[in-house]
Amino acid sequence: MANSHQLKRVDFIFRNENDWEKVLSTTIKKKPQELINALISSELKGRGGAGFPTGLKWKLTAESKEKQKYVICNADEGEPGTFKDREILSRVPYKVLTAMAICGYITGANKGYIYLRGEYKFLLPELNKVIDEFSYYCKEINLDFNIEIFMGSGAYICGEETALMESMEGKRGEPRNKPPFPTQAGYMGKPTVINNVETLVHSFTIFKYGAKKFYDLGVQYSRGTKLFSVSGDTPKPGIYELELGMSLQDFVYEFGDGDTKAVQVGGASGFLVPRKKFKDAAIGFKGKLTGISLPTGGSMMLFNSSRSMFNVLDNYLEFFREESCGQCTPCRVGCQQLLLGIKAVKRGEKPASYLDKLLRLTETMQYTAKCGLGQSVANSFSSIVANFREEMIY
Amino acid sequence: MDPIQTLVKNLADKHGRSRESVLPILQGVVEQEKFLSERSMIEIAREIDIPAADVYGTATFYSFLETKPAGKFIIRVCKTITCAMKGKNQVLFAIQEMLKINLGETTPDKQFTLLETNCLGWCHKAPAMLINDEIYTELTPEKVREILTSHMKANANH
Repeated sequence: MANSHQLKRVDFIFRNENDWEKVLSTTIKKKPQELINALISSELKGRGGAGFPTGLKWKLTAESKEKQKYVICNADEGEPGTFKDREILSRVPYKVLTAMAICGYITGANKGYIYLRGEYKFLLPELNKVIDEFSYYCKEINLDFNIEIFMGSGAYICGEETALMESMEGKRGEPRNKPPFPTQAGYMGKPTVINNVETLVHSFTIFKYGAKKFYDLGVQYSRGTKLFSVSGDTPKPGIYELELGMSLQDFVYEFGDGDTKAVQVGGASGFLVPRKKFKDAAIGFKGKLTGISLPTGGSMMLFNSSRSMFNVLDNYLEFFREESCGQCTPCRVGCQQLLLGIKAVKRGEKPASYLDKLLRLTETMQYTAKCGLGQSVANSFSSIVANFREEMIY
Repeated sequence: MDPIQTLVKNLADKHGRSRESVLPILQGVVEQEKFLSERSMIEIAREIDIPAADVYGTATFYSFLETKPAGKFIIRVCKTITCAMKGKNQVLFAIQEMLKINLGETTPDKQFTLLETNCLGWCHKAPAMLINDEIYTELTPEKVREILTSHMKANANH
């Protein structure tokens, strides 16, 4: 790929900085419009996976005339292979809180929530301590903004922004129809900015160091850095902050075990890239890969030749079947049928051509499922079946 | 008032009686009782003034809100891809063998319930499990035996 470049490690997110008070107090002296312009010119895109322009999201909420608005930090990290948000919340929570407060100042919201997944409940005591300290400082500088934690209770779908809001409203975490978007009608029907934990931390970096510093990193359409959660068959599992736009080849060279046969980019709902396509693939929002653009929430799972890609797909489908909220038929029934279907082919109860029928089913799901969960099952399914068809059969 | 009524009332006093309080109240009951009985769900419905079916519908949506009786310690072993690749099954066998129960069951002394769960977010330190809210990572059969033994001992001392 022409604009892909060498893997470059960066250290912004976990850089130990004890100046959040200064960043907060100096930033809120600037005009909201000026700050929104900075965010827009940095070209920061949401780091949860979907990649919506952050500046635009804040701008839309700021423009709403409603009195009550909300800021929500989405810490319902549940994509298999992703564990970066937990690390941010335990190592640099004050950066997240500062960014939320700045967002509140810009958009006119005085209430922030962190939706923390049930699996991370052990973070609660420490986070509450930091929030207390933070609230105290906000009062000192006369900033009307308070933050509360809302605990999730074990549901992957609640990472979807509207499902998350339903859950906060005391209901089943079922995604809503869009529009209206949360910037118009979010939590309790009020305009809401909802951002991933990592997105908020990047906005802290932008407010502290300026938009240009961020913009200069990465490549066109994919600016800045990104935290990657590296797992699977790798001698170096962990979390790494890397510039966007790197080639998958370089990534595998750095993190592979010498025998990497495929990498799943973007978790179970992402794409599987086989060895022969490593050098053509760039990791970023607009990297064209097998004809499909490739955003990523940061999950990078490596598989070596000892792994059966049938087992990998089987595990993913099992995951989706359980985590589908069950609201829309394409997703509820589709996930089950895909799982039954690949097992039937594997056992020889269905001919290999049945896989093509299943591929058509994933296409239907892509077009007709209500939310990202059902729509994205097609990504891993079709990329695994297309590249490792023989492993699905024999 | 019986203990369940008191518990629900106290939780409602703390979190409020609007629909948004449902999850915190359900979580509070589970923390205390380990599961949501039919009785507790009806009590919550009464306290917040919504249909009991709504409380049940909400509760059953979330995997951490048990609606079946559970033990003092709920063990949730992660079954998602990396944990599966790094020996989740061996860990599970070791737990089953030691506690003499199958997946989904509770020990007769009501101390341990064994469940599987989806991605716990510790893929770089797989396999992982939660015991109540506490996380244990890079598990091996030996390591889980030690962890369970220490839980049993701590429990016997109480």
